[in-house]
Amino acid sequence: MVRSLNSRTVIRLALVGAAAASLAACASKPKPTYPVQAPPTQAPHTELPPPTQGPVNQQPTGPLPGSSQDFVVNVGDRVYFDTDAYEVREDARPILDAQSAWLRRYPAVNVRIEGNCDERGTREYNLALGARRANAVRDYLVSHGVTAARIQTISYGKEQPLDSGSGEESWQKNRNAHTALVSGAR
Amino acid sequence: MSPIQRQLQRLRHLVFAVLCALAPLAAATAAHATVEVNVNRGDVQPLPIAVPAFGGGQVGADIAQVISANLQRSGLFRPVDPASFVEKDLTAAVQPRFGDWKQINAQALVNGQVTVEGGRLRVDFRLWDVFAEQQLLGLQFTSSPENWRRVAHKISDAVYERLTGEKGYFDTRVVFVAESGARGKVIKRLAIMDQDGANPSYLTPGDSIVMTPRFSSNSQEITYMALRPDRSQIYLLNLESGRRESLGDFPGMVFAPRFSPDGGKVAFSVEKGGNSDIYVLNLQSRSSVRLTSDPAIDTSPSFSPDGSKIAFNSDRSGQPSLYVMNADGSNPHRIAFGGGRYTTPVWSPTGEFIAFTKQTGGEFHIGIMRPDGSDERLLTSSYLDEGPTWAPNGRVLMFSRETPGGPPKLWSVDVTGRILQPMPYPGSGSDPAWSPLLN
Repeated sequence: MVRSLNSRTVIRLALVGAAAASLAACASKPKPTYPVQAPPTQAPHTELPPPTQGPVNQQPTGPLPGSSQDFVVNVGDRVYFDTDAYEVREDARPILDAQSAWLRRYPAVNVRIEGNCDERGTREYNLALGARRANAVRDYLVSHGVTAARIQTISYGKEQPLDSGSGEESWQKNRNAHTALVSGAR
Repeated sequence: MSPIQRQLQRLRHLVFAVLCALAPLAAATAAHATVEVNVNRGDVQPLPIAVPAFGGGQVGADIAQVISANLQRSGLFRPVDPASFVEKDLTAAVQPRFGDWKQINAQALVNGQVTVEGGRLRVDFRLWDVFAEQQLLGLQFTSSPENWRRVAHKISDAVYERLTGEKGYFDTRVVFVAESGARGKVIKRLAIMDQDGANPSYLTPGDSIVMTPRFSSNSQEITYMALRPDRSQIYLLNLESGRRESLGDFPGMVFAPRFSPDGGKVAFSVEKGGNSDIYVLNLQSRSSVRLTSDPAIDTSPSFSPDGSKIAFNSDRSGQPSLYVMNADGSNPHRIAFGGGRYTTPVWSPTGEFIAFTKQTGGEFHIGIMRPDGSDERLLTSSYLDEGPTWAPNGRVLMFSRETPGGPPKLWSVDVTGRILQPMPYPGSGSDPAWSPLLN
C-alpha cells in the first residue's frame, strides 16, 4: 500500500537524501559535515551507494517493546475511580489485565502506583483515599500474577491533579491511579 | 488590690519586655468601668475606640496604626476616624480632655508615647474609659527599635484582654503553605508571617510538596509533612534555631502530624496496604504506639488541650465522620451525626469546641461543635473551605478558601461566624497554623 507523503515526510526524505549525498561527496574526509542522526564514529571507507531513487514508504515502527512508551501507548498507565471510592471499576479491568500481562512479560520492570484524588475532599483524607486507590490497583496486579515485591505504592492525594479545571469532567480525570515504571524498562 | 494591679497580675506573662505600671494620672476611683466587650454575643456592636498616633514621630504613628488595624480586624472594635479627633497632640504624660473624646463618641481611648534611649525603644501607653473618665490600663514596654511591630501587637493584646476579659491573639505568627505556579505544577513552600500578614518569609525551598504544618502549643516548633515522588516524611522544625529533623522512617506513608499539648509527642497517620491508622510517637524515647487498628481510614488526629483525648477523622461508619478516643486509643466513639462528610477535627486551645471541615450539598464549610458533638454550628460556606486552625484564645479560626480554578487564600472567621474576612496577606496560601502567643 502506498501512503501519500505529507510535506513533513517529503522534507525528511529530502534531508536524508542530502545527508547521503553529503556523505558520498565527502567520503575521503574524516567527518561528515551534516550528520542528521547519530554521527558515525568512524569515517566510512567504502563508497556509499547512490541516493535512493523513487518513492519510499514510511510506517511508524511503534514504541520499542518493553519501553515506557510501549506501556503508556499500548497498555495504558492510568485507571479511574468513582467519587470517594477505591473499588476497581469495570472499565479499569481490561487496562489492569493488560498491565499485569505486560509486567509478566517484562519481569525486570518495577512499578510505583500513584493514587490521586480530585479536589472535592480535604487534604489528609485525600492522602488516605489515594493510598487506598493505589493499593487496590496493586492488589489487582498481584492477584493477576505480578510479584508483589515489584510494586510500590504512594498517594499524592489531591496534590498532583492531571487536569487543573474545576468541574466533574476534570475531577473524574483526577480520581485515578497511575502506574509509573520506575526501573527495568527498555 | 487595685484594678490596675489586677491587670498587671493578669499580664505578668508578658516577660518579653521590661514592664511596669505607670502611676495612674487620672483621679480614678475604684468604680467599675462602663466599657466592656462581650465576645460571645453574635450581634455585638463593635466598640468605638480612638487610637491617635502615639507621640514620638513616625514610629509612634506606625504603632498606633498597627494597634488600630488589629482591633478593627477582631470585629469587636471600631476605630474612630482620626480626622474627627478634637484633641490633637495628646501624650501619655497628661490626662486626656474626656469631653473632646465623648463628643466624637469614642468609648475607649488608647494613647501613648514612644522614646528611643540608648538604642532601646520605650513605649508608654494608657487605655482610658472615656465616659467613666478612668484609666483602665497603663503599661510600658521596652524593646529593640526593629521590634516595634511586636510592641504594637502586645499593646493590642493588652487592650483586647482588658476590654473583653479574654486573652488576645495579636502577638502571634502564622505558618502556612505558600503556593506558586500553575495548578497541577504548584510549588509549595512553608512560609511564616505575623498574624497581620506582615514580615512574610519562606522556611523551605520548594524542593518537595510540603503540607499541614502544625505548631507546638508551648514552643516555637512546628511539625509538617513532605511528599516526594516516592515517599513521604514528617519533620520537626524549630523556628528559632532553624533546626530540622525527620521523625524517622515508617513502614508506609506517613502524614497528618500534630503535637500533643505538652509538645512531648506527635500523633500522625501511617498508611500500610491501603489502610491508614493513627500512631503516637514519643519525641524523647522515639518509640511509637499504634492507637487505631480499624480497616477504615483513621487520620487527622488532634489532642484535647489537657492531653487526655484525641479527636480524629474516620470513615469506619461508611463516610468520613468525627470521632473521639482516649489518648491511649481506648473508647473510640463517633461524635458527628449530621448529614454530610466531616473531616479535619481540631480541638480548640480552650477545650470548648472542636472545629472541622464539612461537605454538604456540593459546598464546603468550616464549623464548630462541642467535644460531645452537640451545638454544631457551620461558620462558613464556599466552593472549598478547609483546614481550620485556632487562634490561641479559641475565639478566631483561620482556614484556606479556594474559588473554582483559583489559588487558595487564607481567611479568618470568629466563633460566632459573624466576622468573616480574608487575611491581610496578598499571596496564595493553604494549611495555616496559628502559633501560641509569643514569649
